[in-house]
Amino acid sequence: MTGQPKIAVRGLKKSFGDKLVLDGIDLDIGVGESVVVIGGSGSGKTVLLKNVLGLMEPDAGSITIDGQEVVGLSTAEREEVNRKFGMLFQSAALFDSLSVWENVAFGLTQSQGMPHKQAKEIAITKLGAVGLGLDVAELSPAELSGGMRKRVGLARAIATEPEIIFFDEPTTGLDPIMSDVINDLIVKCVKDLGATALSITHDMASARKISDRIAMIYKGKIIWAGPTRDIDHSGNPYVEQFIHGRAEGPIKMEVLRL
Amino acid sequence: MNFLASVGRVFLAFLAGTGRLAMFAGVAVGHMVRPPFYPRLIGRQMVQIGYYSLPVVGLTAVFTGMVLALQSYTGFQRFNAASAIATVVVLSVTRELAPVLTGLMVAGRIGAAMAAEIGTMRVTEQIDALTTLSTNPFKYLVAPRLLAGLIMLPCCVLVADVIGVFGGYLVAVYKLGFNPAIYLKNTWLYLEVIDVVSGLVKAGVFGFIIALMGCYHGYHSKGGAEGVGTATTNAVVTASILILSFNYLITEAFFSR
Repeated sequence: MTGQPKIAVRGLKKSFGDKLVLDGIDLDIGVGESVVVIGGSGSGKTVLLKNVLGLMEPDAGSITIDGQEVVGLSTAEREEVNRKFGMLFQSAALFDSLSVWENVAFGLTQSQGMPHKQAKEIAITKLGAVGLGLDVAELSPAELSGGMRKRVGLARAIATEPEIIFFDEPTTGLDPIMSDVINDLIVKCVKDLGATALSITHDMASARKISDRIAMIYKGKIIWAGPTRDIDHSGNPYVEQFIHGRAEGPIKMEVLRL
Repeated sequence: MNFLASVGRVFLAFLAGTGRLAMFAGVAVGHMVRPPFYPRLIGRQMVQIGYYSLPVVGLTAVFTGMVLALQSYTGFQRFNAASAIATVVVLSVTRELAPVLTGLMVAGRIGAAMAAEIGTMRVTEQIDALTTLSTNPFKYLVAPRLLAGLIMLPCCVLVADVIGVFGGYLVAVYKLGFNPAIYLKNTWLYLEVIDVVSGLVKAGVFGFIIALMGCYHGYHSKGGAEGVGTATTNAVVTASILILSFNYLITEAFFSR
């Protein structure tokens, strides 16, 4: 990584009531790099993502995007920063009241003020890029299968050609083949746009495929970070346990033993 | 001691909730008066609140007017004042019954629908998606609903006024044997502009309250289907209570001289 990181997180802390969820996260993501944060349920990875996106306000620490501090921005300033972002939500979060193409074109028509006709053309091109045809464009999101919803969500995330794309558990709830299709699309879209990507997942197959670097979060701290090729010889017992999916190891799931 | 502490806790929670609501309303009104506006969204909400509420509003008004004529007649006849029922019906309907009953019916219809829709958008991350697409949810979701409520409820109440008076007329003329021309003349005789205007002002306030409660409870709903259900209930209950209390305050402001 050279020069200024695209996203830099320093000493990020967040707690809910007396439960400390993020306990001083430090993470750098270089320009054009794809970083995947892995971790178990309840490890704080979703909270980390929501803080970077500005959907939550951290208790302490700093987040910079292109060197600009984004913690504590006003709503209007935040909207400006968010124009650099694209986001694929876990459940795709498509707007039920709009058709598929209107969903994909939403960022273009609403925040950039593009005319509907032009935005529709772009939306249809983007739908094509994720393997969906013209027939899907006029459907409502409720008529789509899980894999199709994810692909429409991906098309919406890339429609404004953002500099940074976030993926929240992109393969959760999909069959293995559709997961691989989505992974391929993510890799292709991120590469085509030259975008920087930050993803969170607990699906190791997906993490290996879409990342340049992997960071593992455990109990609100980054306990290991390194290039994806090093993940199999990290020498870290927590990472070892996680990537092999073992119940026995240093990570204790909070489950009552009978 | 423990008792005092729990009373205090309830009171503090109430104050915190009131403050949260006031801040929500402040931000929403700020977005309501500043561009960009979304004419298409406002139009869609106006149709939802105004046009589709007409059957419910009309039925409520016609039966209210009818029962009012009947009740006033049986009551007033005891002291030979039956001829006053045209005035009683028109004043009661325009000043009180049309705005309050329309408000309550629309609160059940629209407040619940808004809370459920926005609540579902919250729990399925659609509101977060709006934010990441650089669209302010207050501007896109809340402001159009508040504007539509503010504009359309007075229209509904105007319709309810007419239908309510017509209901009274039906009973008076066809059941109680009043002369139609005299009944209509008496209806106009003591009616003043302020009677209708105060009802419409109430309607505007009620429309705002209904939309605000629907949006507020939907926006802050959490925890999946159950949370959305709770939000819906709360939206209707709080809107109804606020309608009844604001009804008194506005009446006081207009007529206590």
